[in-house]
Amino acid sequence: MSKVSMTVNGQSVSEDVEPRMLLVQFLREQLLLTGTHVGCDTSQCGACVVHVNGRAIKSCTALAIACEGATVTTIEGIGSESNLHPMQEAFREHHALQCGYCTPGMIMASIDIVNRKGHKLDEQTIREELEGNICRCTGYHNIVKAVGAGAAAMAKTPA
Amino acid sequence: MTNPSGIGQSVRRREDFRFITGNGQYTDDINRSGQTYAVFVRSPHAHATIKSLDIADARKAPGVRAVLTGKDLAADKIGGLICGWMIHSKDGSPMKAGGHPALAVDKVRYVGDHVAVVIADTLNQAKDAAELVNVDYDALKATVDVASTQKPGQPQIHPEAPNNTVYQWHLGDKAATDAAFAKAAHVTKIELVNNRLIPNAMEPRAAIGEYDRGSGSYTTHTTSQNPHVARLVMSAFIGIAPENKLRVIAPDVGGGFGSKIFIYAEEVVCTWAAKKVGRPVKWTADRTEAFLSDAHGRDHITTAEAAIDATGKVQAIRVKTIANLGAYLSTFSSSVPTYLYAPLLSGQYDIPAIYCEVDGVYTNTAPVDAYRGAGRPEATFVVERLMEVSARQLKKDPAEFRMHNFIKTFPHQTPVIMAYDIGDYPASMKKALEMADYANFSKRRDASAKQGKLRGIGFSAYIEACGIAPSKAVGSLGAGVGLWESAEVRVNPVGTVEVLTGSHSHGQGHETTFAQLVSHKLGIPIEQVSIVHGDTDKVQMGMGTYGSRSGAVGMSAIFVALDKVIKKATTVAAACMEVPVDQVDFEDGSFSARGTNKKMAFGEVALQAYVAHKFDSSVIEPGLKEGAFYDPKNFTFPSGVHIAEVEIEPDTGLTKVVRWTAVDDFGTLMNPMIVEGQVHGGIAQGIGQAMLEGAVYNDAGQLVTASFMDYCMPRADDLPSFDVGMTTTVCPSNPLGIKGCGEAGAIAAPPALINAITDALGHENIAMPATPQAVWRAAQAMPRKQAAE
Ligand code: FES
Ligand code: FES
Repeated sequence: MSKVSMTVNGQSVSEDVEPRMLLVQFLREQLLLTGTHVGCDTSQCGACVVHVNGRAIKSCTALAIACEGATVTTIEGIGSESNLHPMQEAFREHHALQCGYCTPGMIMASIDIVNRKGHKLDEQTIREELEGNICRCTGYHNIVKAVGAGAAAMAKTPA
Repeated sequence: MTNPSGIGQSVRRREDFRFITGNGQYTDDINRSGQTYAVFVRSPHAHATIKSLDIADARKAPGVRAVLTGKDLAADKIGGLICGWMIHSKDGSPMKAGGHPALAVDKVRYVGDHVAVVIADTLNQAKDAAELVNVDYDALKATVDVASTQKPGQPQIHPEAPNNTVYQWHLGDKAATDAAFAKAAHVTKIELVNNRLIPNAMEPRAAIGEYDRGSGSYTTHTTSQNPHVARLVMSAFIGIAPENKLRVIAPDVGGGFGSKIFIYAEEVVCTWAAKKVGRPVKWTADRTEAFLSDAHGRDHITTAEAAIDATGKVQAIRVKTIANLGAYLSTFSSSVPTYLYAPLLSGQYDIPAIYCEVDGVYTNTAPVDAYRGAGRPEATFVVERLMEVSARQLKKDPAEFRMHNFIKTFPHQTPVIMAYDIGDYPASMKKALEMADYANFSKRRDASAKQGKLRGIGFSAYIEACGIAPSKAVGSLGAGVGLWESAEVRVNPVGTVEVLTGSHSHGQGHETTFAQLVSHKLGIPIEQVSIVHGDTDKVQMGMGTYGSRSGAVGMSAIFVALDKVIKKATTVAAACMEVPVDQVDFEDGSFSARGTNKKMAFGEVALQAYVAHKFDSSVIEPGLKEGAFYDPKNFTFPSGVHIAEVEIEPDTGLTKVVRWTAVDDFGTLMNPMIVEGQVHGGIAQGIGQAMLEGAVYNDAGQLVTASFMDYCMPRADDLPSFDVGMTTTVCPSNPLGIKGCGEAGAIAAPPALINAITDALGHENIAMPATPQAVWRAAQAMPRKQAAE
């Protein structure tokens, strides 16, 4: 067991973990933040995307202990009940989710796309940038719309 | 007054809040106090006898609570997994099914077959101990290839099924069909492979079994599309516990597409083992396990022929299919390539004679069962490839050739069981041609050719049978269950409403659409309505969600229950207003006495029903709660036309889907936004089948495509946006006029795309998936003239 400390959704946490524990297991099993999902075992699906120090990563691909001192944001940390993040709102408005399993990862990846690529995103850019996130339900049609709309809405909302 | 949350409104989904905020509750998100973790030891061989199974070291490993095998199951008299649909061969004999133990005994039959389970305090301890289970296998030769598994000399998988043949089934009139072929002016003959698919819902399967010593009852949380069917099977057939001692809960479920209908070994073992270890037992598949052990889909090889007369009318279709059922018969596997397949071979066409033979066969591969569309995509692929190839051979326009053969009057009895109730096939074809700008296609083809690219267009005029299904009819065809649906409407004293439904939502949005129906009928705001599903302790019984049945059957049950509620509430209102019941009208959420100014809101009547002060309770029972079991009169027949347009780079084989037009007739649309979403998702899976996906076993029976690195799932940049349009003929077979929409895209898309690719290439055949390599090869072999044309 080793001790790991980090800031998750604005709260400092410090826990004993097995060295082989993945960040996604740490979030789900130790902190009970089950909004971050696991959809594969080969870093292909993106269901597990969270932000570490402001950048999107696949949390199934990082060891918890490697995140010592990091600032981690998960789907639970981006908006509140009364004040959803514009990307969350856009996913709902554009029916960009069906079963919802890929959704947290999609939303976290989409916010990162906007952070990197700006608020005006064309369809081709969105499709290419979403390449690391698999959705089996929606055929991506409405996700692409939602990301475009969410990106525009983020320009209007202070981060 | 239009109800903003009534029928036909694109109400935003009420379930979304919890999903977009990370508050969904999927099975793996649930943790029970003291839970232990199960890891399954799986066969690395496709076919082997188990010489010995040594669990001693694993049993002694740290944290291990139990290591259980097939012998332990047998000792506890736990039965094997079942197949719930009896198929009879053409000689009248019942299908020849081998046993399907939840943990293998003596023999394993596919890579991933369950051999033992290790249960430990942590997942890592269970994984580590599973490595210590020592299985001594005697490897046998495997039979993997569907085309040759029936041949003499092949390894025999089950002694009950000689030549690995489960059944040799047929449907239709052979003599009439052969006669039509004898007279035909033209015969089109094609060979097809319907490629094997792996459903890959994004949430892997999972189960948590629990046992309560005090009450002697079990609870199973599991990723199921039909928790009541799971309970029925685990009780009545597998024998874990009687139904009143077994609660099955399917909480949020992350997609199913058929693969979560079935009752698998893992939930059976976790539930049974919970009592043995005295702790909750949790199992979650990793993706590799999902690839290996989820039921796969499709996997047919087919020869199909059409007999066409001199006027261009199809007079008969003759089909011979071998369907791979895998190593064991999964829950509904036997019905998929038979009664869910051949009855759809008439398509949208007026065809006097059809004859279809299907051999269902065992191979050393994972079980094959229903996957989105289940039999109907396979049928549509046959019919729509035949129609396209026929049109080309006869040098007819593919749209006109189809129109010429469309059924134009309803009801229409096909020669293969189905009685189509309604449709307007030319209407959807015309609308699709317009939306796809078919008139200008040749200009677009020329423009592509100038850039050295090949452009093709392909049609698919599909039909499906949904609203599954009239119980008596399916019973006569071999189904082990009835396929009605249940609903209970509970009105609370304050006028809020809970609807308990036997349908299950795993992405379909029932919490929204079902509540829209209630809001519409009762005239109350949608916020006052809750939909309860997925828990056998709350909902008494239900048949679950698959086969696009929840709108046509599930909502019809709610409709009938709501009518009963309104009827009862009307008697209460009449008593309260002191007028005869036949003078009370109910509209927009209020009861009014005709010819007076007396009026009561729905909520007031609900309160009065429970207070019971204002009526004679010996005449009117207090309370307001009604239920219904709705058994459909007929299947429903959604139909439509999809048009795919592709552009191919002949030098690389890169195929881009540049345009997709879908025109569907689903009858009444409860929520157009949700319906369109279903269409999008279905098309994506259909494009996946046609261009990207394919499960591959090597000769030794190893699954070569067992991860997302090897099995190509459609990603955002593989797909276009879709143009979706609707035409509407209201379904006369249920009170809401709904036909069903969940599978249409997956049914329509593969032939549309293959027709488009072969149109571009000028080749009659290309196997699915038409990967860049396959397209490149075909492009190299193509008659160059077409590219130059
Ligand atoms: S779970 Fe991390 S990429 Fe799939
Ligand atoms: S909404 Fe189900 S996987 Fe994306």
